[in-house]
Amino acid sequence: MGLNVPPPVRRLTGNEGTSSPAPATGSPLAAPNANGNGNGRPPLAPPSFAGAKRMVEPSTLAIDRMAVEELSVSYGPKRAVSSVSLPIRQGEVLALIGPSGCGKTTLLRSLNRLTEVTRGTSFSGRITLDGIDIGSMEATELRRRVTMVFQQPNPFPMSIFDNVAYVLREQGRRRPRKRELTQPVADALARAGLLEEVKDNLDHPALRLSGGQQQRLCIARALAANPEVLLLDEPCSALDPQSTKVIEDLIVKLREDVAVVIVTHNLQQAYRVANYVGFMYLGELVEYGNAQTIFGSAKEQRTKEYVSGAFG
Amino acid sequence: MTALSAAARPGDKSSAWRLSDRLGLAFAWALGLLFCALTVSIILYFLIEGLRYLSIHLLTTNPKAGFTESQTGGFLDPLLGTVILAAMSMAIALPAGIGVAVWLSEFARPRALARVAESTIEMLAGAPSVVLALFGLLLFQSPVLGFLSQTTQGVVLGLSFFAAASILSLIALPLVVANVREGLQAIPSHVREASYAVGKTKIATTRRVLLPAARPNVITGAMLGVGRVIGDTAVVLILLGTSLTFQSAGGFLGLLRGQGTALTSYIYNNAPSGELNQPQKAYAAAFVLIVIILALNLVVELAGRRARRMRWG
Repeated sequence: MGLNVPPPVRRLTGNEGTSSPAPATGSPLAAPNANGNGNGRPPLAPPSFAGAKRMVEPSTLAIDRMAVEELSVSYGPKRAVSSVSLPIRQGEVLALIGPSGCGKTTLLRSLNRLTEVTRGTSFSGRITLDGIDIGSMEATELRRRVTMVFQQPNPFPMSIFDNVAYVLREQGRRRPRKRELTQPVADALARAGLLEEVKDNLDHPALRLSGGQQQRLCIARALAANPEVLLLDEPCSALDPQSTKVIEDLIVKLREDVAVVIVTHNLQQAYRVANYVGFMYLGELVEYGNAQTIFGSAKEQRTKEYVSGAFG
Repeated sequence: MTALSAAARPGDKSSAWRLSDRLGLAFAWALGLLFCALTVSIILYFLIEGLRYLSIHLLTTNPKAGFTESQTGGFLDPLLGTVILAAMSMAIALPAGIGVAVWLSEFARPRALARVAESTIEMLAGAPSVVLALFGLLLFQSPVLGFLSQTTQGVVLGLSFFAAASILSLIALPLVVANVREGLQAIPSHVREASYAVGKTKIATTRRVLLPAARPNVITGAMLGVGRVIGDTAVVLILLGTSLTFQSAGGFLGLLRGQGTALTSYIYNNAPSGELNQPQKAYAAAFVLIVIILALNLVVELAGRRARRMRWG
């Protein structure tokens, strides 16, 4: 993960513009093609995203789903996340950005208590889902309401159909039978935009699909539980650009029914799909705001530097 | 030095090596070829000798008393005995081995217990089968376990298929555990987490995701275990009795409670150094045994190939 990340270079924004393709991020200086979605909004600044098109409109109807309050997570003596607070809303895509090891994945995994799987993890603070503290819920129930997709496509070693049906069935049971599940499985695959491609060979092994299809199957699997929140942990980092595009389109579409939180290394991706962006650095949430603000006129110096590519 | 081309770099050509290195390489080559030759000649010898003496008659008749080799019958009972032993001992070793492997790989708490369990299994893997057999005799001759073998005048014999298969399952167990565990550990942790992340419990994940993913390793472990079981002689001789046919006490259960025979003990008895000294019979039986083991190895190979094809990126 961290192999191609250059060492953090601190640079004052004032010195920029000579060699870097990105002009000072704070300025409203805009390349004319920076914002091509023609919706009448003032063009968005940072020309490092000149090729990137924003795919999302500001949401009109956002419902509060989860609230993170003063969350801190430590692995043994090492603190990974320190007192982070932010809301997660349905109707919006929240992107968590930041350099490797900044705690964004840990924050994401705290939202469905997957951090508990790692031994020696300790927390403080509170996370609520629809007003209820997730610590008081059954982990299995919580994880059906807050599902997750991982960095590596990881379909289970069974048929395409069974991958989705697995989620719908009670724990390890084989009931309900295949016939009763045909419709819900097809619905989940359709929501993930995979149904057309696989509908004739639902009984093929899922591991034979291409990487992009596997990842969409994982999204279908996560959607099959009918969750309120969908967590995506760098879902495109193992995929080619074309599959990435398909999945990004999907994310933008999905946010209407589920709250989507995406962790990404890819700033362009965050710029394309997110309504809100949280920038994390060394375990802290440095800045949280809507995407235009973060990428256009961030308040914090570190955010400006990060989104302008001064360090990665 | 600058004119030195890539092909002429020191170390690329063995002629540029030190004498000791060259001798070492030659030695390694010679040993490798020697072992190939040895294995091939053993197999070929038994294939040729075995095929010479093997006939359908030998596979369908039982050993009986006689003066010449043509009168002493075949080895139907020993062959069936081997099959029964393999089935019974795997019926014990496979579920137990999978259970132990799952516990060691997925749970393994408390740590100290896991370490003890691990070294116990290693010890079991290293224990000579004749020692285990002796222990088995001690165990199965106790009156409490008398129902698993036959009793003469109040003395528990302790010799039966039950006794032999139980101890043989201990020999197969470490192979099953090692292979299944290896298979489980090769599954990336994000696959487990993906199952937890849709609200599945650890048990459901193990049952429906991990074990199916490790199925090729389960097959490999089972086949290697069967190979060890049907090849073992000491346990059969000590715990199954020295008869050449089944000594059933009536019915299938009575058969399993009675003394019996297997291919290995049949070969042992018929070997030129053995009691019966009928080398032709021994060769034929050895041929059958070797064919079974080669077939098992083939299954292991195929399972391994399948396992390599189905992997996460």
